[in-house]
Amino acid sequence: MWQPTAPLDNLRKRAALLTAIRDFFSERNVLEVDTPRLSNSGVTDVHLDNFTVAFEHGSHNQQKLYLQTSPEYAMKRLLAAGSGCIYQITPAFRHEGAGRLHNPEFTLLEWYRVGFTMPMLIDEVKALLMTTLHCSEPKQITYQQAFLTHTGLDPLSVKKDGLARYCVANNIPLYDDENKLSHDDLLQMIFSWVIEPVIGREVPCVVTHFPSSQAALARLTEDDPRTAERFEVYYKGIELANGFDELTDIHVQKERFEGDNEKRLKIGKPSIPLDQHFLSALQAGLPACAGVALGIDRLLMLALEASCIDEVLSFPIPRA
Amino acid sequence: MATVSTNEFKGGLKLMLDGEPCTILENEYVKPGKGQAFNRVKIRKLISGKVLEKTFKSGESFEAADVMDTELAYLYTDGEFYHFMNNDTFEQIAADEKAVGDNLKWLVENDVCTITLWNGSPIAVTPPNFVELEITETDPGLKGDTAGTGGKPATLSTGAVVRVPLFVQTGEVIKVDTRSGEYVSRAQK
Repeated sequence: MWQPTAPLDNLRKRAALLTAIRDFFSERNVLEVDTPRLSNSGVTDVHLDNFTVAFEHGSHNQQKLYLQTSPEYAMKRLLAAGSGCIYQITPAFRHEGAGRLHNPEFTLLEWYRVGFTMPMLIDEVKALLMTTLHCSEPKQITYQQAFLTHTGLDPLSVKKDGLARYCVANNIPLYDDENKLSHDDLLQMIFSWVIEPVIGREVPCVVTHFPSSQAALARLTEDDPRTAERFEVYYKGIELANGFDELTDIHVQKERFEGDNEKRLKIGKPSIPLDQHFLSALQAGLPACAGVALGIDRLLMLALEASCIDEVLSFPIPRA
Repeated sequence: MATVSTNEFKGGLKLMLDGEPCTILENEYVKPGKGQAFNRVKIRKLISGKVLEKTFKSGESFEAADVMDTELAYLYTDGEFYHFMNNDTFEQIAADEKAVGDNLKWLVENDVCTITLWNGSPIAVTPPNFVELEITETDPGLKGDTAGTGGKPATLSTGAVVRVPLFVQTGEVIKVDTRSGEYVSRAQK
């Protein structure tokens, strides 16, 4: 158990991949930054959980710190402070299971482009994938079109009982009573069961315009507020990247955080105190920008045609 | 009562589901970026033999199934039960027809089979991957035929029927793959 799970040659290729990524951003004048992995605040995302750490300094003073699930808030504070375009390669931590595609500690590449819109950032993501994976030009489809093509359902108008009926008719086993699952849970189930396996098989597939209920930190689409300027990249059954045209409106952001916390309480999770530094930065003004987070371990898996994340990590969690 | 959580799921794990012991064939942890984590699992029900796909909410717990596999040699049948013996301890166990199921046709005396026990009682019998059985009846092959094309049916001493090449004759002993039910070769003398 003391030995690495990744063949040493894969670790050499990992280093080469990181160099290629740094070259990619250096050519584009994007600044590499470092932000803390330990933070005073966590995330409110309903299905994301932070690891927490007790910070003890002095006998009466114990403080709860959070290991970041992504460097998003800290990087946006840099953007609000006037950093210009930035990127970061950093460990991220998510309190969840390990699996073929998951390790609770993993490496994220996250970058922000000031003045970019979602289509501009998608073009850059495609360029990075073509450089690092030597693949052909990725395809692009809207979330709505993906559903219409592969299921016949319109995700922007279908009601919850329509989704539940589709699951039953197509033998999609649900992990919970359908009444306990939300509209978004059912959409995600159908997406992962029916759509993910068939898109992005030959070349990566960028899925754009997620429903506004899954907007996270993306702004809503101007001419169709049923969708958000959020995209994801799928390739060979792997969810590789998630990007936004970033929400800069502090009021909307606060509402979403509070809405998340309400949903958390409903399913028995603790509510999470809002990140005041991040909100202050939004208050001060986040420049219009687009940003994306991409899983480095998964990118390497795809580059090496590895079937399990352990093949690209030195010491996954059981050996950490 | 022992429990197992989805975090411990892996191939071969035995758990109770709808009152029936099951074994996990495949387990995949799925976590959409912004969605609820779940486990997508392929399961075999051990009594009915049915294979099904299920999803479980990650973190859920289940009753573990007291199921174990043991290697026992087949002795004989008394018409109702099939008797097996542990070659080390000489302990004997009787399995009923339901546990033996279709594998009845691959039971050869003294062959070591895998007997699956649930709460100590046999629920499944798995024969060795390869067994050797004598052909009791098959049409004589036509003269001049060598490897044959489609082969011909042959009835074996246990009643199993397999397709064999045309050159194989009644009275010969052949090797059969019990997983596919296919002829492998003539038995080595």
